[in-house]
Amino acid sequence: MKSQCCARPRIASPARGLSLVEWGIGFLALLVWGLVYFRLQGFAAWLTVSVFGLDPASRLGSAVEFFLYDTPKVLLLLALVVFGVGVVRSFFTPERTRRLLAGRREAVGNVLAAGLGTVTPFCSCSAVPLFLGFVTAGVPLGVTFSFLISAPMVNEIAVVLLYGLLGWKVAALYVGTGLTVAIAAGWVIGRLRLESHVEDWVRAIRTGEGPAEEERTFRQRVFYGLDAVRDILGKVWIYVVAGIAVGAGIHGYVPEGVLAGIMGKGAWWSVPAAVAIGIPMYSNAAGIVPVVQALLEKGAALGTVLAFMMSVIALSLPEVVILRKVLKPRLIAVFVAVVGLGILLVGYLFNALL
Amino acid sequence: MDIKVLGPGCPKCKEAEKVVREAVAAAGVEASVEKITDFQQMMQYGVMSTPAVVLDGVVKVVGRVPSKAEVLAWITR
Repeated sequence: MKSQCCARPRIASPARGLSLVEWGIGFLALLVWGLVYFRLQGFAAWLTVSVFGLDPASRLGSAVEFFLYDTPKVLLLLALVVFGVGVVRSFFTPERTRRLLAGRREAVGNVLAAGLGTVTPFCSCSAVPLFLGFVTAGVPLGVTFSFLISAPMVNEIAVVLLYGLLGWKVAALYVGTGLTVAIAAGWVIGRLRLESHVEDWVRAIRTGEGPAEEERTFRQRVFYGLDAVRDILGKVWIYVVAGIAVGAGIHGYVPEGVLAGIMGKGAWWSVPAAVAIGIPMYSNAAGIVPVVQALLEKGAALGTVLAFMMSVIALSLPEVVILRKVLKPRLIAVFVAVVGLGILLVGYLFNALL
Repeated sequence: MDIKVLGPGCPKCKEAEKVVREAVAAAGVEASVEKITDFQQMMQYGVMSTPAVVLDGVVKVVGRVPSKAEVLAWITR
């Protein structure tokens, strides 16, 4: 949408692109990033052995080296990817996403919603306004749920951590199954015809027209990306450090294979147990992936830990409390049950296949 | 002038309110600043991502915290 005003000349029209100096700074930053990133392993080993005087084969030594290598590696990867995703996100405002989804049929709508959920800016505190905005604009209930499930679960933080700590195969598996759960669960909720279980005041709402969209320049998008880095790293670094510290502890001190009995493939009940424990818990991906990595290393089965991770990230007690404002208890129960069941199936599937 | 800051109470919404109040104080203009946490009212402005700032009934910014300079530009003209 064009801005409506024209009578008033723009005050000091801002630059649209980046200046040469800014391009230079960007290039230099990328160069430094690369130099640091590809030397981390050697540096961590050197710190552990030469500075702290630890034996890398000892328990403490291996825990310390693990921590010193993984923490900066994950933070560096996060910074780069969050910036890139931030620039991409500046194209996908919630308003635009809503327009893309309004009046969509189910099935196609569910797939589109799950996909858009991964790139539309989302924070749990705007879950309610988003839900209201979608439903009142004629986005079907099931499609709205596909969005609400995929948005927190499949995001760049989870992908970066999984890629950085467990490799691209696990990251791709997670994205694929996460999207599938979001699509299927949303579709099922839509089929169940639960529209009457949305709180009554929601259906009485009349929405305003909404704000005129800001046209962003390339320069603004770059700065939007930088803002996202500051914002997200500022919020998430403590989870990363804490998660890796726990992971490092497990890495160094828990004996090999000890978890095979309780979290391995043989224990059929471990998947439902992991989901049941994970649902009320809340942590973002940054805190949970390092723990997942350490558990895997000690003999836990991939399906079990993926199911645990998904249920921790996708469903949580605080989220249920927030959604209670717009959903009646029955719909919330269905939502939790359907998503939980989907995650359960993912867990079993991977344990059976891999 | 009537300024409304819309947001359920996340840290960014508080930051937005602070920025707006500072700008109003700095500009020395006559303006009422109100924090709206009610979702029904937010919907009346068609706002889906918070924080948002509404000036005399017109939505000025959604989904981000405005800078103090931006707010100053809106209120001092």
